[in-house]
Amino acid sequence: MATVSMTVNGKTVTKTVDSRRLLVEFLREDLRLTGTHVGCDTSQCGACVVHVDGRAIKSCTALALSCEGKTVTTIEGLANGATLHPMQEAFREHHALQCGYCTPGMIMASVDLVQRNGPGVDEHTIRRELDGNICRCTGYHNIVKAIAAGAAAMGSVRQAAE
Amino acid sequence: MRYEAPDTIDAAVKLLAGEAGLARVLAGGTDLLVQMRSDVVSPDLVVDIKKISELRQVKEEAGGFRVGAAVTGAELKEHAKLPKAWPGLVEAANLIGSTQVQGRATMGGNLCNGSPAADSVPGLIAAGATATLVGPNGRRDLKVEDIMLAPRKLALTKGEIVASFLLPARPARSSDAYLRFIPRTEMDIAVVGCGVSLTLDPSGTCTAARVSLGAVAARPLLVEDAAKAIIGTKLNHAALAKLEAAARAACKPIDDKRGTVEFRIDVAGVLARRAALIAQERARKA
Repeated sequence: MATVSMTVNGKTVTKTVDSRRLLVEFLREDLRLTGTHVGCDTSQCGACVVHVDGRAIKSCTALALSCEGKTVTTIEGLANGATLHPMQEAFREHHALQCGYCTPGMIMASVDLVQRNGPGVDEHTIRRELDGNICRCTGYHNIVKAIAAGAAAMGSVRQAAE
Repeated sequence: MRYEAPDTIDAAVKLLAGEAGLARVLAGGTDLLVQMRSDVVSPDLVVDIKKISELRQVKEEAGGFRVGAAVTGAELKEHAKLPKAWPGLVEAANLIGSTQVQGRATMGGNLCNGSPAADSVPGLIAAGATATLVGPNGRRDLKVEDIMLAPRKLALTKGEIVASFLLPARPARSSDAYLRFIPRTEMDIAVVGCGVSLTLDPSGTCTAARVSLGAVAARPLLVEDAAKAIIGTKLNHAALAKLEAAARAACKPIDDKRGTVEFRIDVAGVLARRAALIAQERARKA
């Protein structure tokens, strides 16, 4: 057992955890942030993607202890109160989910890919960047459409802020 | 299990050397944590090396580059000079897993995981990279092809870690390429991988070459006969046919769910030819 502190969705949390505790277990079981899902726990499916210090990672493949002092954002940390993040809104608008299991990981991966590739990111790049996120029911068509729309919306939000 | 994240190499070496039970080094964790989850390994001590700044840097050295063992694939791709100098090696490291895995996975981990199918290892071997090892008895250098001996078996002694890779200085008109065969387009383990690095003279004749194959033997191979087949040539049909034959002759693969012996041998020749042609095309512009 060891103590770990990190900032999760803007709040500082400190817990004593087993040294084998994975970040995803820490988020789901210790913090009860169950929006982050576990599909495979072997880094294949991408349902557990969160941001650590602004970069998308698979939280099933990081130890909680290795995130000491880091800033973590989960799907719960994206919306601003009742106002959805533009990428969440785009997924809803474009019907980019059926069962919703992969959706938190898809959205966290999408926000990261737009932050790196810009709001005008093309369809080819979106499809390539989704190589680590697996959807087993909707198919990727609407997801890709939603990400392109969400990317554009993120661009205009940023412009409006400037 | 004890988790330690020291901030110096010496502290890491001390921890590893002093552990009576099973000790493992954690870099990106993309192999180790999965193996721990599936009970393939149950370490008593995990030493996280990501907080050691020396292992997280890419530095120019002696006209080449020294790449820390814990630098991630994504960081290699984003480096200002590396993708231009070593495009094949950078693409090999970025074939590992998906975007999120590339943000974590490292070449040091890829090598020390000890898989014959590791994508970045043929890239490093073709590049002529030298690994610097740090252990209880100090530092030593080993060529990357001499590190992995057999599946999960390395030439490292107790307490020793791979600290960095030195990519040597190289003349103008030099480049490299890495190709792998997988049945999908992404997120799979190489059925065969092949790295080729070469140098051309002003007339386009190949003056130096290194060819490395992965997933076709118990360890990644440096295939000197394949390099000899193209050195002194302009990679014409006859030279490429010799290259293919030499690559195939070096293979000692196994049958498994990803490919048969015959298929792997055949594909090794095809990939060697294609990778050599890509490296040649890049070298003309380098």
